[in-house]
Amino acid sequence: MQTTLNTNRRQFLKRTGVIVSTFTLAGPAAVVPQTVAPLPGGLNANRMLDGWVRINSNNTVTVFTGKCEIGQGILTALTQIAADELDVTYERVEIISADTARTPNEGMTVGSFSVEQSGAALRFACAEARAMLLAAASKKLNVAMEKLSVNDGTISASPARMTYWDIAKEVNFKREATATFKPKPAAQHKIIGKPVPRRDFPAKVSGGAAFVQDLRLPGMVFGRVVRPPSYRATLQSVDEAAVKALPGVITVARDGNFLAVAAEREEQAIKAAQALRASARWTEAPDLPPSGGAFFDHMRKMPARDMVIKATSPATASGGKVTSVEAEYTRPYQSHGSIGPSCAVAQMKDGKLQVWTHSQGVFPLRAELSRALRMKPADIVCTHAEGSGCYGHNGADDVAFDAALVARSLNGRPVKLQWMREDEFAWEPYGSAMLLKMHALLDESKQIVSWQHEIWSHSHNMRPTSNPDGIAFLGSWHLTDPARRPTPVNGPQPNGAADRNAVPLYDFPRQNVLLHFITDMPVRVSALRGLGAYANVFALESFMDEIALAAGEDPVAFRLKHMKNPRARAVIEMAAEKAGWKPNAKNYGAAPNIGRGIAFAQYKNLACYCAVVADVTVDRNGMAKVTRAVAAVDAGLIINPDGVINQIEGGIIQSASWTLKEQVKFDRQRITTRSWADYPIFTFNDVPQVEVHLINRPDERPLGAGEGSQGPTVAAIANAIANATGKRPRDLPFTPEKIRALIV
Amino acid sequence: MPDYTLRVNGAQRTVRTDADTPLLYVLRNDFELNGPKYGCGMAQCGACTVHIDGRAARSCVTPVSSLAGKAVTTLEGIGTPDKPHPLQKAFLDEQAAQCGYCTNGMIMAAKALLDSKPNPAVADIKNALNGNLCRCGSHNRIVRAVQRAAGVKA
Ligand code: FES
Ligand code: FES
Repeated sequence: MQTTLNTNRRQFLKRTGVIVSTFTLAGPAAVVPQTVAPLPGGLNANRMLDGWVRINSNNTVTVFTGKCEIGQGILTALTQIAADELDVTYERVEIISADTARTPNEGMTVGSFSVEQSGAALRFACAEARAMLLAAASKKLNVAMEKLSVNDGTISASPARMTYWDIAKEVNFKREATATFKPKPAAQHKIIGKPVPRRDFPAKVSGGAAFVQDLRLPGMVFGRVVRPPSYRATLQSVDEAAVKALPGVITVARDGNFLAVAAEREEQAIKAAQALRASARWTEAPDLPPSGGAFFDHMRKMPARDMVIKATSPATASGGKVTSVEAEYTRPYQSHGSIGPSCAVAQMKDGKLQVWTHSQGVFPLRAELSRALRMKPADIVCTHAEGSGCYGHNGADDVAFDAALVARSLNGRPVKLQWMREDEFAWEPYGSAMLLKMHALLDESKQIVSWQHEIWSHSHNMRPTSNPDGIAFLGSWHLTDPARRPTPVNGPQPNGAADRNAVPLYDFPRQNVLLHFITDMPVRVSALRGLGAYANVFALESFMDEIALAAGEDPVAFRLKHMKNPRARAVIEMAAEKAGWKPNAKNYGAAPNIGRGIAFAQYKNLACYCAVVADVTVDRNGMAKVTRAVAAVDAGLIINPDGVINQIEGGIIQSASWTLKEQVKFDRQRITTRSWADYPIFTFNDVPQVEVHLINRPDERPLGAGEGSQGPTVAAIANAIANATGKRPRDLPFTPEKIRALIV
Repeated sequence: MPDYTLRVNGAQRTVRTDADTPLLYVLRNDFELNGPKYGCGMAQCGACTVHIDGRAARSCVTPVSSLAGKAVTTLEGIGTPDKPHPLQKAFLDEQAAQCGYCTNGMIMAAKALLDSKPNPAVADIKNALNGNLCRCGSHNRIVRAVQRAAGVKA
């Protein structure tokens, strides 16, 4: 057994990159001269070919990506891409990801961009690498390049043959990529498009080292933090001496309102943290907004920056009669709810900091750590190691900073710091509460002629480097010399952030989208899967449904008559057909109450197209249950069909859980969501049957799918509940109390 | 601190710690086992599931002192990458995860079910796993994996 464990440890260190290899890395985007031609995807900011691909001496290939695995299967998909372009088998390719010492800087792994950005870079880099290897072989063998063929790294022109590994020494990848070698057309793909199994799963089903939590270093100690009882509480007194005297305690870190401990054993660190918490006296004030429905009245009055997201000129008077329709929708604060609380390992030695982190952006994390700790970026290495699924900005970056702070007082010993469940629930940045006010005009031919979407929202991105006027780490705000919080910035269209997916893809002649961007953040917020898209699509697609019903039209037909985009039409039609949609079916009144609803969105109006049909039952107590969900998805060229299905299916189940169950609770002073008992999510008995149908478009660009089903799912469920009950649910989550209030 | 001798995956192991130390930390830190995961420490999520004398138990709330004479089995103890347990193989065949953080608990809870009920109905599987949380939404794949493993065993 001991041998196995040691092997695991070695493998882990190998995978997560304690061994730092040497080769050139292109500088960040800033050093790229303005005059150079743009390169595809991540290549543009990381132009050196050997930063992306290397031919090793042991008959393998290593490729590099700045993106990281967060449970979405990106490393499997990128390996498929590299293997196909290089003409080697999947097994020969090793992939190194997200490490400030070793990989390209591709910023954050967010927004369903990875296959588009890193995938494009790898396609072009590998196509170029292959061409260079072939050119060298052609010279050596004295055979024209066109006569050469490649099979798993063996170049042949019968009878002559040689391998990539024979010729690699004569090819120099230490130069800028040119992207002049076209990647293969879809017809030549052998691995792209196949449901290749995930490369990280064998370790995960058998207890191999797979997560940052599984990293063990020699001399490593264990850390825990003690957070204040509420956001703005201040520490009056704490008995550090008593806690320092507890068994195994190595250090008690106190700096302003920041408290942490490190101990030899994990359970000792937990006990020390409990003792520290018990002895701490804090002053706090009831400074949180009201919760529940009253919150939204409060939200409307909060100071906001008004932004016009889209404004088309007023329609010329048509002269006909128009009907005006209005509705408001709300979404509460919701939690990422990662199953594994955030964790990091940090070591500060000889003035250098090494952090292992499940942050979604190792380079932004390094930049922020450098500013927060006043260290040179060159003295910090951040290496990605997987965490539990994060679905956005959870405690990952905060815990990395906590671990770094504690590591400073450990004389070179590494520390593994994991948040407790309560730390994660009470302190992670939630998905923002949102209020949506919709207004539309319908003409006599039941055509929508004017559409207005008004949003009240906090920021959806308070991640590291979101705004260099402040520091994004929770712990940094608690120090004696507290860091300034970054001023929130709303990400611009076309991606948008609070306004994501608020601009309709439908052909409404007048479209106005207005954002009241609330800059106060009494409750901590940041990016949660889909950002504003979840609530905006909820409002947009519920409102479409309301108008269709008011106009006496079938929801599918009504959508299609306002939609020219052929790819959008195709997923709507396919979802309806596969679900067995019956036009104008009025299910409500039936016992038991059953209903069906449809909704559609193209994520960000530029990633995957997704339509979802949901079936629900609603009982007399207002208990809604989703029984079935059918999705149709167009994600362009599909790299890994099972990977896309897995993400869409997971997204549907997660979104359905947000929709029926989830809301962060607080009183006027404290966050009261502290454990799973306070924040129920879907369990096996809640989960619907899910079917995902893909439309592959081999000649189109691959489109991100990781967040594509969040929006359509919530609206499809809302529409299904309306169909089942005849009453429209407009306030999330649709708990039995809320639905009961509607139907009695 | 007293010594505790435990039988883990068939081997005798000794650890010096406090009586109330949760088994989870002993398994992860002293015995360097990665299978059981910390998720909540309050018996709410199932990420830390192991078997004690063949029954699924939450190692985050099991004091190490309660295990004298009992056999502890972890994910590592039921199979290896080369010789996977039918459940481990079925989870791979069904690609029944996204992040995989819950996987340990799912497999160990499912194994307890199959050990006592080799041919469970879908409702049995869902009920047996209902206390194990998955945030990625891999539930349906997990149910299929358990069905597949049951088929293999039958
Ligand atoms: S960690 Fe033991 S049940 Fe959650
Ligand atoms: S696969 Fe991520 S929590 Fe279940």
